[in-house]
Amino acid sequence: MIEVKDLSKTYGNFVAVSGISFKAESGQILGFLGPNGAGKTTTMRIITGYMPATSGTVLIDGLDIFANSLEARRRIGYLPEIPPLYSDMRIEAYLRFVAKLRNVRRAALDNAVEHVMHVCGLTSMAGRICGQLSKGYRQRVGLAQALIHDPPVLVLDEPTIGLDPRQIHEIRELIRSLAGKRTIVLSTHILPEVSQICDRVVIINDGRLVLEEQLSDIPAGTSLEEVFLQAIAKESGGGEGSAEETLEEVGAGHSARF
Amino acid sequence: MRNTLVIAGKELQGYFVQPVAYVVLTVFLLLAGWFFFALLRQFDEMVQLIQMMGQQQQLQNMNLNTRVIDPLLHDLSIVLVIVMPALTMRVFAEEKRTGTYELLLTAPVRTGEIVAGKFIAAACFTLIMIALAWIFPLILMIFGNPEVGVMFAGYLGLALLAITFVAVGLFTSSLTQNQIIAAVSSFGLLILLYVISWPAESGGGAVWALMKYLSLPDHFSTMVRGVIDTSDIIFFLSVTVVALFLTQRSVESARWR
Repeated sequence: MIEVKDLSKTYGNFVAVSGISFKAESGQILGFLGPNGAGKTTTMRIITGYMPATSGTVLIDGLDIFANSLEARRRIGYLPEIPPLYSDMRIEAYLRFVAKLRNVRRAALDNAVEHVMHVCGLTSMAGRICGQLSKGYRQRVGLAQALIHDPPVLVLDEPTIGLDPRQIHEIRELIRSLAGKRTIVLSTHILPEVSQICDRVVIINDGRLVLEEQLSDIPAGTSLEEVFLQAIAKESGGGEGSAEETLEEVGAGHSARF
Repeated sequence: MRNTLVIAGKELQGYFVQPVAYVVLTVFLLLAGWFFFALLRQFDEMVQLIQMMGQQQQLQNMNLNTRVIDPLLHDLSIVLVIVMPALTMRVFAEEKRTGTYELLLTAPVRTGEIVAGKFIAAACFTLIMIALAWIFPLILMIFGNPEVGVMFAGYLGLALLAITFVAVGLFTSSLTQNQIIAAVSSFGLLILLYVISWPAESGGGAVWALMKYLSLPDHFSTMVRGVIDTSDIIFFLSVTVVALFLTQRSVESARWR
C-alpha cells in the first residue's frame, strides 16, 4: 500500500509538487497521469526515497519513506524514467548485481535472475552488454531490475515508453499479471493504457492533484481522454476553453519543450 | 557489510572492462619504466666514471636505494598526482549522469556502504597498479644488492599516498555529474596538498605548522628514506578518512536537499 499525504516539493522558488495526497491499495494498479512537467517524475522520486519532500509524508505499507527509509525501500521496485543500466555490464551480471543490492538471498539468487529474465523476455539476451541494447530492451531490463526482489510495491515511470506495439502489449499484459498481491503505480502519457490496465487514476497538473477516481466510477460513454482534458482545463482556469483548445495548449507546451 | 562487498565487487570488475583504468595503468607503468631506465643509466655512468678515476672510497658510497629507488618513487608520486584523478573521476559523476545513481540511492543500502564499496574497489585497483611497479625493485634485487626493507618502506609510502589520492578523488567526483570537473578539481586539491608547505618553509606559528603538517611530500619522503613512522601512517589514514567522510556527507546530502 502507498499513502501519499500532502506532499510538496519546491526547488528554490519553483513549486514542482504542491500538496498532493492519494492512496493506492494493495492489489490495485494506479495510473498516474499529467502533462509533461506536471510533477509526475518528482512525485515518484519522492515515493521511492530518491529525494526528500519539502513537506508531507509518504507511507509504504505504513512505513515512512524518510524516517524508516531502509525498511520502506526494501519493499519497493522502481523503474526510473531512464532505465538505470550500467553500460559496460552484461544483462545477467547486471541483474545479479541488482538482486544482491536488493538483498535477495544467495540461495534464491539464480532463480530470481532466471525468473525475471524469463518474464521480461530476456533469456536469450543474457550475455548481451547493456550499453548496446535497443531502447525496448533497455526498458525491459529496467523492468526486470524492478521486479527482481519480488517487491510488494512497484513504481514504474513510463514503463512502455520506447517500445513497439507488440512489446507494449506484452508489457501491459505483464503488468496486469503482476498486480494480484502488489500495489503498482505507473505514470504514462498514453490514456488508453490507463483504461486498459489500471483500476484507479490520479491526474496531476502543475504540481496539483486535479482528479482521483476509480476507473469504474467514470460514467460509461465518457472516454478517459475527455475526463483528462476536462480536469486539466478546469485546473488551468480556462473553464470555457473547449477540450480541443486545451489539447492545442498541451501541444504547444510540448513543442516549446523540445 | 555485505552490501559494501557487493558494490566493491561490481566496481572492481568494472575497472577491468573499461578503457580508462587500463590507460591509467599503462601510462603509470610505462612512465615508471622510463624513469627507472633513465635513473639506472645515470647510475651506471657514474659508477663507470668513478671506476675510471679509481676512487674505491667513492664507489662504496654508490647506493641503489638512494640513487635509483628514492628518485624513482618521487617521480612516481608526481605521476600519481596526474593519473589518479582520471581513475576516480567517473566513480560518482558517471552514475549521476547516466541515471544509475537513482538505482543505488533507492536500493536498501546506506550511503556509507556505497562510499565504502566504491573506495575499496578503487583502492584495490590502485594497489594492484603499485604492486606491478614492484618489478623495478625485483630487477635491482636480481642484478644488484639494494636494501629490501628501505624499498619496502618506500613502496608502502607510495601505496598510502595513492590511497589518499583515491579518497580525495572520490570526494570531488561525488560533488558533480561532470567527470572533467571532478578530475580537474581533484587534480587541483592534490597539487595544493603537494605545495601547501611552500610559504611555510621559514615561518613559525600554529598556522604555518599546520600547513607543514598537511604537506604530502614531507610525510612521503620520510618513508622513502626507509623510516616507517606511525605519525606518517596516521597522517595518510586521517586525510583518507576525512575525505571519505566528506564524500559520505555529499552523497547523503541528496537525501535532504
